[in-house]
Amino acid sequence: MIEPSGRVVVTGVGAVTPLGTGVDTFWSRILAGENAIAPVTHLDVSDYTTRIAGEVKDFQAEDWMDKKEARRTDRFICFAVGAATMALQDSGIQLTEELRDDFGVLIGSGIGGLTFLGEQHRRQIEGGPGRVSPFLVPYMIPDMASGYVSIVHGLRGPNTCVVTACSTGANAIGDAYHIIKRGDATAMLAGGSEAPINELGMAGFCSARAMTTRNDDPAHASRPFDKERDGFVIAEGSAVLVLEDYEHAKARGAKIYAEIVGYGMSGDAYHITQPHPEGSGAIRAMKMALRNAKLETSQIGYINAHGTSTYYNDKLETAAIKSVFGENVPPVSSTKSMIGHTLGAAGAIEALICILAMRDGKLPPTINYENPDPECDLDYIPNVAREAQAEYSLSNSFGFGGHNVTLLIKRG
Amino acid sequence: MSQDILNRVRKVTVEELGVKEEEVVEAASFTEDLGADSLDVVELVMAFEDEFGIEIPDEEVGEIKTVGNAVEYISKKLG
Repeated sequence: MIEPSGRVVVTGVGAVTPLGTGVDTFWSRILAGENAIAPVTHLDVSDYTTRIAGEVKDFQAEDWMDKKEARRTDRFICFAVGAATMALQDSGIQLTEELRDDFGVLIGSGIGGLTFLGEQHRRQIEGGPGRVSPFLVPYMIPDMASGYVSIVHGLRGPNTCVVTACSTGANAIGDAYHIIKRGDATAMLAGGSEAPINELGMAGFCSARAMTTRNDDPAHASRPFDKERDGFVIAEGSAVLVLEDYEHAKARGAKIYAEIVGYGMSGDAYHITQPHPEGSGAIRAMKMALRNAKLETSQIGYINAHGTSTYYNDKLETAAIKSVFGENVPPVSSTKSMIGHTLGAAGAIEALICILAMRDGKLPPTINYENPDPECDLDYIPNVAREAQAEYSLSNSFGFGGHNVTLLIKRG
Repeated sequence: MSQDILNRVRKVTVEELGVKEEEVVEAASFTEDLGADSLDVVELVMAFEDEFGIEIPDEEVGEIKTVGNAVEYISKKLG
């Protein structure tokens, strides 16, 4: 174990998204303002009120894991293995036996193996308890992404999971940052993974009336901050980062993408699904992150909003940002306009976007922005990416249960 | 008949355990030779139940240690 430097940097990145598997493909399509939303193909959704989603289409699990395992393991675990393996390879880190003891995994999932759960429940109803797979429990539990990845790569450091609905990915990165910062690990694979496009997932979100029903126009369905927005678009995917102690990364000559510098969180204590009407929880999360990063709002060059494309989120997040930043709000965008909402993976995918935006000096757009809403009156980087060099980025994620999470990331 | 059962047992075993067809010989033990762990064995037995439309009670699963045992057990069940 090395002496902890108290600084935590990002040295590897991996992504499996509706805009492509692999960070380069994903990022070039984000900068091009491409849309990933289309009619659902995984299952027959003709009876559902929402029939569109952001599906991952180019990911082959057997490229990343044993063929037998790839076939039977829940999709959220397969995505996590893919993204984590990519991140590890990208970091160039040499896994010595000593380092393996100090290398942890914290990959969260908002829901876990819901596809597997649904299939096995059907088997039980049709054939009784003896027909239920022995893999139901291991492949359903959300912590299996972390567990599985640790087994695949022999990472024996801190191994845990966070489940905070749509703020899961951001919490996972924030918690992993703290684990390294306090010296309990030298490096962590951190992120989120989600595969909710299955019968139960679609039905549950349809019933909750949280999703858009713009089925006839999927390309324009996710439209954060636009006056005509009417709900989010569900999506699937994973992003995983290698977080590493700064001195360790520097000593091995690692490529440093960015530094995690602040992490704030709060609870609304208000409603199970609706955000607090004054956005007070979001405000406290942003202020906490700024405080522990010792940053002024004027230093933040880009905000990646939670921006789900629901009426309440976008309005209340806008109000919360204005409350924290006053008159000088930096450019804000919601990349969910292109990807859809990957729930527990979203915070990790969006942290990755902040990192790449600062690496390249390019801010990603909010696409489908056509009709200004007086209640959403910020600079949302409408429709086209912008050249601008941010030194610090802020990423918000909020989840059912009233979780609010803010990450602050510094350019590498 | 038993050649047909052997072929089907081999097919199911290849699918469930991800092993090569030539490894699935009659003498091969599912756990010792084909890499199955305790969960894999339960899943494999269920797959045999599905394939042959039979029920294999838990207390009889112990009789099925090798590919040959499975063929023998299933042949007996199918009468």
